[in-house]
Amino acid sequence: MTFRKYLVLAGITVFAAAGDSMLSHGMKQTGTISIHHLQGVILAILNPWVAVGIVLLLAFFASYMNALSWADLTYVLPATSLGYVLLALVAKFALHEQVSPLRWLGIALISGGVGFVAGGPALTAQHPDEESPILAKEARSGPPAHASAASTGAEL
Amino acid sequence: MRHLYTWSGILVVVFFSVVGDILIARAMKQVGDVHAIVKHSGVWTVVGRVLSNSNFFLGVTAMAVAFFSLLFALSWGDVSLVAPAAASLTFIGNAFAAKIFLHERVDRRRWIAAVLVAGGVALLAG
Repeated sequence: MTFRKYLVLAGITVFAAAGDSMLSHGMKQTGTISIHHLQGVILAILNPWVAVGIVLLLAFFASYMNALSWADLTYVLPATSLGYVLLALVAKFALHEQVSPLRWLGIALISGGVGFVAGGPALTAQHPDEESPILAKEARSGPPAHASAASTGAEL
Repeated sequence: MRHLYTWSGILVVVFFSVVGDILIARAMKQVGDVHAIVKHSGVWTVVGRVLSNSNFFLGVTAMAVAFFSLLFALSWGDVSLVAPAAASLTFIGNAFAAKIFLHERVDRRRWIAAVLVAGGVALLAG
């Protein structure tokens, strides 16, 4: 893991939380979309909050694809979970939504669970002979991730 | 009724998100380490490889469906419920799907995380 890779993970976290919040704010302004009035979707996209939200989610997507090129899906998703905490803070302080103590606990559990995963290896070697804990420990200390990624690419 | 709408929306989002995530993850593993490729042969090589990958387009299509379902769900429910619930259930679905379809080694550490996340989602629903 290089500093640059941590930056990519941070980008995923921030862009996703900011994008979702702006979308939510914009969608509350445009009102409920019903299946019988699909033109509401077009109106929603014209809302500046929704538009900026979409741009942020595109930035999220670019960072996300970047991360998936050198890390497992089951690593990238949890490693970027601090976004839920960010989201709750934005929901409470910017959107003024009710965040009950139980929801806070839920958000804490989610973040705890995913923080748990982040300590593990970013890319698990996808060979049966590397199932042993000793090799897993080696993987955790950081093998050249791109080498494994390249071999995975060749397999698929 | 509102809850039913919200949760149906969440489940649709989760299904298409998992399909999209798995396809994009597979596509990017086929493309290879982006940082290494950029250093070696530039950004356009990455762009070219991504745009010539069919899994990428299938994944983007699934994610687009998930995205529009999310727009619906967000207009029905609070962002602090809909977004974490959909994302967390997607995370659990992805743990299973990544093990089955991507052959990722989902070890005990990752399963415990999945259980904690499931607990968190249950509390969010309360």
